[in-house]
Order: sequence, then C-alpha cells, then structure tokens
Amino acid sequence: MALPVITDQQLHCYHCGETCANEKIHVAEKIFCCDGCKMVYQILNEGELCEYYNLNENPGINQRVHVRKDKFAFLDDDKIQVQLISFRDNKQVHVTFYLPQMHCSSCLYLLENLHRLDPGVVSSKVNFTRKEVDIVLLTPQTSLRKVAETLTSIGYEPYISLNDLKEKRPAINKSMVYQLGIAGFCFGNIMLMSFPEYLGIDASEVGLRGMFRWANFALAIPVLLYSSLPFYESSWKSLKHKFLNIDAPIALAIIVTFVRSAWEVISGTGGGYFDSMTGIVFFMLAGRIVQDKTYRQLSFERDYTSYFPIAVSVLKENTEVPTTLPDLKPGDTLLIHNEELIPADGILSKGKAFIDYSFVTGESLPVLKEVGELVYAGGKQTEGNIEILVVKEVAQSYLTKLWNRDEFKKQEQSKSVSFVHLLSRYFTYIVLTIALVTGIYWQLNDPSKLWPAVTAIFIIACPCALLLSNTFTNGNILRILGHNHFYLRSAQTIEDMAKATHIVFDKTGTLTSTQQQDINYEGTPLTAYQQQQVAVLASCSNHPLSKALAKHLGIPKNMEVAAFKETTGMGVEGFVNGDLLRSGSYEFVAGKHNTQPGTAVYVSINNKVYGFFLFSNHYREAIPGLLNELKNEYRLSVLSGDNEAEKNNLERLLGRKATLLFHQKPEDKLQYIQQLQQQGEKVMMIGDGLNDAGALKQSDIGIAVAEQTNNFTPSSDAIIEARQFSRLTKFIRLCRANRNIVVASFVLSIVYNIIGISFAVQGNLSPLVAAILMPSSSLSILLLTFGSSSLLARRMKL
Amino acid sequence: MSVIIILLIASISVAALFLVAFLWGVKSGQFEDDYSPSSRILFEDKPASSTKTV
Repeated sequence: MALPVITDQQLHCYHCGETCANEKIHVAEKIFCCDGCKMVYQILNEGELCEYYNLNENPGINQRVHVRKDKFAFLDDDKIQVQLISFRDNKQVHVTFYLPQMHCSSCLYLLENLHRLDPGVVSSKVNFTRKEVDIVLLTPQTSLRKVAETLTSIGYEPYISLNDLKEKRPAINKSMVYQLGIAGFCFGNIMLMSFPEYLGIDASEVGLRGMFRWANFALAIPVLLYSSLPFYESSWKSLKHKFLNIDAPIALAIIVTFVRSAWEVISGTGGGYFDSMTGIVFFMLAGRIVQDKTYRQLSFERDYTSYFPIAVSVLKENTEVPTTLPDLKPGDTLLIHNEELIPADGILSKGKAFIDYSFVTGESLPVLKEVGELVYAGGKQTEGNIEILVVKEVAQSYLTKLWNRDEFKKQEQSKSVSFVHLLSRYFTYIVLTIALVTGIYWQLNDPSKLWPAVTAIFIIACPCALLLSNTFTNGNILRILGHNHFYLRSAQTIEDMAKATHIVFDKTGTLTSTQQQDINYEGTPLTAYQQQQVAVLASCSNHPLSKALAKHLGIPKNMEVAAFKETTGMGVEGFVNGDLLRSGSYEFVAGKHNTQPGTAVYVSINNKVYGFFLFSNHYREAIPGLLNELKNEYRLSVLSGDNEAEKNNLERLLGRKATLLFHQKPEDKLQYIQQLQQQGEKVMMIGDGLNDAGALKQSDIGIAVAEQTNNFTPSSDAIIEARQFSRLTKFIRLCRANRNIVVASFVLSIVYNIIGISFAVQGNLSPLVAAILMPSSSLSILLLTFGSSSLLARRMKL
Repeated sequence: MSVIIILLIASISVAALFLVAFLWGVKSGQFEDDYSPSSRILFEDKPASSTKTV
C-alpha cells in the first residue's frame, strides 16, 4: 500500500546531520535533533572548540541514546585502573582509550584539544588508524572516570571490554622493516661498488679493486647475520617439524653464496656474488612485508571477552558496587541497566526482561522473560533495569564454554599448507640432483672446477623467484580485496578461499539485515493522517519494533503525544492529537488472546482495532543475485537460529538442493560443519554473530559479515563489509586466479634459471651475468605478478 | 686515485645517514598512522573567543 512520503524540506541536525523531527531544539539559529546533540554543542561552545564544526559538515555522532550516569563508576576501582593504565606515578597517569566513533579530522581536532574541556588533561594524542587516543592526565585534578565521562559527554564513549583485563596486546613487530632497511642499504652500496668488477679495471689500479671487494664483504655481513634471520628461523622451524618448506633452500642458498664469495675475496680469485645475495634478500623481505601488511586496525582474534563489559554493578545491601567480571560469583545479584549486556547465566529476580539475543542465538526479535526464568549470558536487556541472580561464573556460562572448547586449540596446528611449499620441495629435489650430477661430472673430468660449479648452481637455483612471485601476488590480492572492504587475515586465506566446496550461511544478520525489516500492513486501511498518528506514537518508544515502525512510516512534525504509556512486552498507548491510540500485541490492543501470524504489531484507534503491521526479514539487496551465482558452483546450506518462518523464501532463493536448518544452537552449527568436513568438504562459513563463532572457527574459512568493520566481529579468517557482500563471487574468483599467477611467474623464473644453470654447470658464471640475471628476473617477476593481478581485478571491476 | 676513497667514504656515510633516519622513523612510529599528522598540521590555534557564537 502507498505511504505518504514527507517531501518538504528536511531539517538536519547541526551536530550529527540526521533529520530532525521538529525545530524545537535550537541554539543560536542552529537546529538539533535531540537534547544530546545540543548538549555536545554547548559543551564545545563553552570550551571554544567550535572549529570542530568548521572542519567537516555535521561531524558529530548522534546522541539520542543516553549513556547512564554511573556507567564509568568502575573506573574508580583501583584494581581495574591498574589493568587499563600504561604508566602511573603520584602525579601523572597515562592511559589509552579505544574510541570506535572516531571517523574524521574533526574528531581528531576535538580529541587532541581535550585539555580545554578538562584542565586535568596534560595531553591527548590520537592514533587514527587504531582509533585510539593516548591521554596523559594529572591525578588529583582529574581521574580516569572523569576523563571517560568527559569523552562520553562529547560523543566519544570509550570502549572498555573484558578483553582489556587480559595481558596487553603484543607490540607490533617492526624488526622485519629494520631488516629490510639494512638489506636495502647494503644492497645499494654493494651494487655501486661492484661496478669495477662488472666493467673491468685498469691493471694499474688493482689495489683499488681489492679495496672495493673487501668493502663489499664488510657490507654483506649485516645482511647475512641480521637481515636474513627470518629465513633461518622459518627453515629451522620447518626442519624441526620434518617438513621442507620454501625457506630452507633459500637459507641454504644465502649461506652458500656468502661462503663462496668470501672465499673468492680472501683468496683474491674474484669478487664474489655479494650483490646478488643482498639483492635477493632485499627483494624477498620486501615481498614478505607486502604480503604480511595486514589490517592492524581490524581484529580477527576477537572472542567473547571483547564483547563483554569489563565490570558490572553488583548489588550489595542496596548499593551498587562495580565488580570486574572474573570476580563474579554464583549468588551475586547483578543490576543490569537498560541497553546493557547480561554477562553471566542467571535467574531473573526483579523486573521484566526483554532480551535481545540476536547476536547470540540469531533470533531476530527480543525475547520476553519473567521473574524466575533463566537468562543466558550474551543477551542485551532492551527495556528498563533488571536484577539477576548469578548461577554460573562468567567463564562457565553457556556461551563462553563454547568458546573454550579444546578442539579449537588442537585445530590451530592442522591448518592447511600452501602449495608453494610443496612446489618448492620438488624444485629443491631437482636442483639437488642437478648439483650432484654436475659434481660427479667435474670430479671425473676437472676436479678444480667442482666447487665453483656446484656452488654456482645453488646460488642460481634457489627458489627465491617462487617466493617472490608468491608473496607479491598475495600481497597485491590482499590489497585489492582490502580496497573493496573485504579483509583477509593472512595470505594463506587466499588459497583456502579458492579451495572451498561448500558454503554455509547464517540467516539473521548475514542473509538478512538486522537494521531493516520488511513491514506490511493488513486490515482496515489507515488514512495518511492515521498513519502519521501511529508513527508519532511509535517514535516515543525505544522498542525495536516501534522504532522500525516509526522509521517505516516516517516521523511527521507537529503532533503531540499525551499520556504516553509503555507496557513492557505488550505495547504502547497514548493520545495523539486527541485520539487514543494503542499499538502492540493483539492481547494488548484488543484485550483478548489470539495467535498472531508471525511478528505483528496491532493498531487500534479510539478502541477500534484497525489491523496489524506484519514484520518479516529483509534480505540484503544483493542476496538473490549472489545466491543465484553461487548455487551452480557450490553446495549451499543455511543454518539459522531463528524459526522456520522464512523457509519458503529461502527455498526459493537457494534452490532445492540446498540444506536449510532452523532452530540451530551454536553447537549444532559447529557440529554440522564438522560433519561436512568429515565428508571431505572444504567448508566456507559466513556468519555474523557470537552464535556463529564456533562454526566460523571450525570451518576451513570463516567469513564474518560486519555492517561496519569497527563493529564487533567474532574471530574469523576474513571480514567482509555487508555492502560488499554481493561481490563475493568475484572475490572468490580473484583468489582462484592467485594460484595461476604464481605458477605462471614461477615458470618465467624457471626460464631464467635454465639460462643461469647452463652457465653454472659449465663452471663459468661470471659476476656480470649473475648481476644482470638476478635483478632482471626479480623485477620481471614483480611486474608480472603485480600487473596480472591488478589487470585481472580491473577486468572484474573490483 | 685516493680521491675515490674519499668519495667512497662520503657516499657511504650519506647513505648511512639516510638509513639511520629511516630506522629512526620506523622506531618512532611515523609509518603507523598516516592520517592524523597530515590533518593535525592544518589545525589552527585560534585566538580565544573568536569561535564563540553564543
């Protein structure tokens, strides 16, 4: 049915840019959508920080949802403080807060001028990529809690989770960048000083040549002892596991090249191959860095601890005591405020719980719980405060137990191995055979050429080209996918993506959007005016259904609601422009019991029941097309924690062959994946919530769907932004192409190798030939890998 | 030809200076956050009261 669309000029909030319902809230010609936004503006105005609004248009974050006054009371607790701060003496405290709301230069400006709002703040420095702010504060003048509250008051609520109680994050390992820098320095200078060697030198200046050689020798030592360390470490590890990886022959080649070159310099017989050696180390390190440049601002390792709060209010003799989660004991009474998370399994002892489990179980709508009922950890209370009697410790609760399964720890080791290692192994065997044959040949014919020939083979034929092509292709593909908001945890994920045979979807939040619902009205038609009345009434409530309904109908201006009353779990009522409106369950609206068709909100005006709004899942726009493409290539399954209401829709979308399972608990999902794996399938699991966490971990490749990448995502191999979901088939195709590109550039490098080896077996690999072959092969491989993967991406329109 | 030795020493020490600068930059985290320094430099410390509108 047609709905009136309000087309007249809309008012936008000066602070957050959202549409304003009316012009009631304004200061100095500036209009705000809510008191929260207005308050932030006033704070900034007093602190003379209005530059904030000049840097970007409407930079603020909507403040409609109020933060509870004592929310940060736990920051006064000494034990919690110690966990959060990085340094403290009797004057100063250094602390780092994670502020996920940070998004533009205005934020940066405001946060770095925090001292104007709180004089106790000495300095605040923003790290934008990590969305963190490092704050130095003076202790008697201000406190952690005050700073957190100041930040909250201007719209940047620090995100403090249980995860902060664990050990500090390891510092980023920069040693490989140092190693690259040193290798580059040595490589460049050695190339420069090798020119006399390449071009020849007058007999009168032989002394100079000796000096250049010794200088090269000296410059190669840091590369051998420091820059090549990653290769030694990796090959040593692989040999300990009795597995020959690609780094072992490379480490061998580096050492052999150095020893041979050093011997030439010392004996005065030649200049050695220091340029080739340092060059290859430099290129290989560069490749490793390109490949490992992961998305530091994203976390692929999140578990429930980054979702749970750090502390909750425990009621002790009618006072609220902030307590850290690990200190909760069975028997404690918790006070859960509106919009707070239930951290432990417990029994509802006071209040009416209306719990949003969408993240935990996949049920799309909040569940009503009465006093005495069991509530599981992980749900979010949506209406009013409740009290809960803890029955299980946090680590023992239903949800967290799923996480701590031993199977996950075991699984880490058996992760798949890249085909590159297998390819390099064959390559190494072939090279060893050639070396052996050459060795025997020269031993019989001219023993003096034995060592020059054999070492030259090792120098020329190290599988560094394979490593180069692999790392640079992976790096480029990771970069292209990252640009498209599809973030992979590591390079190995590319190969796993390509191998998948069975794709398993979660429903709520993955195929369907949690932020949108399809709403259809059935019953006596409502006039446009009546629809507006309903919308105004609904906009007064915070209930998810009311909010969705108000958004659907469009909130009109200039309507007054009087005597508004909300009955938890039932509905809302009030007088809108003189008419008594009720909306909610059938029981609430009509006064008698009736079975409802799915999720419906009934409406009555002046005690006459008009009809109901039926809510159904809203599939993401691109889903039908995506599923259509996928269903020909893959076996598909849908595991939903929700009821079977959507069964017909899903069958239509996925085709008959697909498996559809409903009422799936987190363990059920995990077991289903295990079953598939036992049948030899490579499973790609795509999910979004904590209820998928087990399945995501168990699957060969787990992809977490996020509305925004800064939102919480359970630990996974990849994170995809919901908007990019439609391009999944393209992403998979690009990952499949990866292998072909690597193999193609490897073939190219073998051509170079054959040329090189043909010199080497004869025992006359001149420094000039080596000096030309090595960089040209490296560079052409680099060009080929980068060029072909970028070209492919462009053709796919990625 | 002893001038070559001087040139050599000069060129390597210049290169070494750049190497040290690079390592220093990495160590002090200059490559970690490439957004904020470029925005930060554009912020002006306006004289007090010029932005006050109420």
